[in-house]
Amino acid sequence: MALAIEQPTTAPRSAKKRLQLRQLGQRWLPWLVPIVLIGVWQLAATIGWLSARVLPAPSTILQTTWELLLHQNLLGDIAVSTRRALLGLAIGGSLGFIFGLLNGTFPTSERLFDSTFQMIRNIPHLALLPLVILWFGIGETSRLFLVAFGVFFPLYLNTYHGVRSIDPNLREMGIVYGLSKWGLFRHIIFPGALPSILVGLRFALGVMWLTLIVAESLASNAGIGHLTMNAREFMQTDVLVMGIVIYALLGKLADTIARLIERRSLRWRVGA
Amino acid sequence: MSIRGVELGLRGLGKAIANRTILHDINLEIKPGEFIAIIGKSGCGKTTLLRLIAGLTEPTIGQVALDNSPLAGLNPAARVMFQDARLLPWKRVWENVALGLPNLNPEHALQALHQVGLADRAYDWPLGLSGGERQRLALARAIANTPSLLLLDEPFGALDALTRIEMQQLVEQLWRAQGFTAILVTHDVEEAIALADRVLLIQNQHIALNLPIHLPRSRQRGSAEFAAIKEQLLGAIFGAGYPLTSRVVGA
Repeated sequence: MALAIEQPTTAPRSAKKRLQLRQLGQRWLPWLVPIVLIGVWQLAATIGWLSARVLPAPSTILQTTWELLLHQNLLGDIAVSTRRALLGLAIGGSLGFIFGLLNGTFPTSERLFDSTFQMIRNIPHLALLPLVILWFGIGETSRLFLVAFGVFFPLYLNTYHGVRSIDPNLREMGIVYGLSKWGLFRHIIFPGALPSILVGLRFALGVMWLTLIVAESLASNAGIGHLTMNAREFMQTDVLVMGIVIYALLGKLADTIARLIERRSLRWRVGA
Repeated sequence: MSIRGVELGLRGLGKAIANRTILHDINLEIKPGEFIAIIGKSGCGKTTLLRLIAGLTEPTIGQVALDNSPLAGLNPAARVMFQDARLLPWKRVWENVALGLPNLNPEHALQALHQVGLADRAYDWPLGLSGGERQRLALARAIANTPSLLLLDEPFGALDALTRIEMQQLVEQLWRAQGFTAILVTHDVEEAIALADRVLLIQNQHIALNLPIHLPRSRQRGSAEFAAIKEQLLGAIFGAGYPLTSRVVGA
């Protein structure tokens, strides 16, 4: 304001322009460091400071990716990994959700199950890997079991907590206004617990990819993990790095989708 | 469109919680369409009485009769308006009203919102509403299904003085238009006199005073009759110690 009064003719326009520039800068600033890093990496690889065996250039990795997409079944491998991840999430996640609802709603169910879950929760689930392989062999069952086991707990805990933290006054209001048990669940309990459930889902997605990476690396005949393990044997560093990047992108994609769901279903929080 | 209010009978009603008697031998007949106000000091059991009528708690002894048949479980005729609005923040304004309607009918919800003057906020989220608007919405939800009994549990206690008067007039207007039986629990003596056909004072676990108010509606709060009734009620509440100032000075 003070500036505009001192220079009434020119100040507003240039100030506006400066503001636009600053906004643009704010938006792109987070990308600066990654772009510089990749640039330096590319340069170091091109000059020869970095051996291709240690870390191939970004351009090489892109090229490898392109070739694998065209001539080998890279998309197929991605599909296999994604399917495993989602199936594991569906099994473990829905079990966690159901038990969270049950234990949040019925005290008897809580007394029966909760302390057991809390005990098992403390086992680092990846430590079960050798045991799981002994049980189920190195087939698909072991991988699904591990993913399902891993995602169960974040969804269970957050659903349970979400249901428990619903205002009992709202529940009473629902009863007075003649809602059935199903109506209470649909209109009050589920939407009330949803913010917490979605937090659980995002945690579960992180656990899901991590578990899958470990499970696929150990024993697999298809999928990204299989690809990278083969690449290690043949010293194909470019394929290895590509696999890591694909895992990262899939993880990021899953998180973005979860955030979109969150934003869409929790619009009421911002009002208007 | 006048709806017949429900007739209520409280017969030998008593309630004890953990061996402490809250209410004892309450006997009362409430005519269809009557407006009753219940006053009393906090903790006297007036909210418990309302919850007994709503069927939210079971009496220890005695019964609540609804059009002469005893009430078992939740009172099907009653809609309750609580002190806190108890809105569902994840449902839009009209959806909150529709909650108590069969088939969640949006047209009836909009009609009820119109009656409380909140139709223009129908598609907003409740978090954006002011305190007065929240209670208006709670009132719309309560009357949307044209109940024959409206129970009001200190619904305006948290509102500012001006909004409170506005809401009292709105309730009176809806009551006159719809003809439901109304029971208002309040700690505001003026509110009770302004709205009720009869004021009940609950003290020492029973109805200590059952005072019909014969002032014509709409009632002028500044009138001498109004002031006299207020003095009478305050005198009954505080007993020999009223007015309170003399006791403080004397002590």
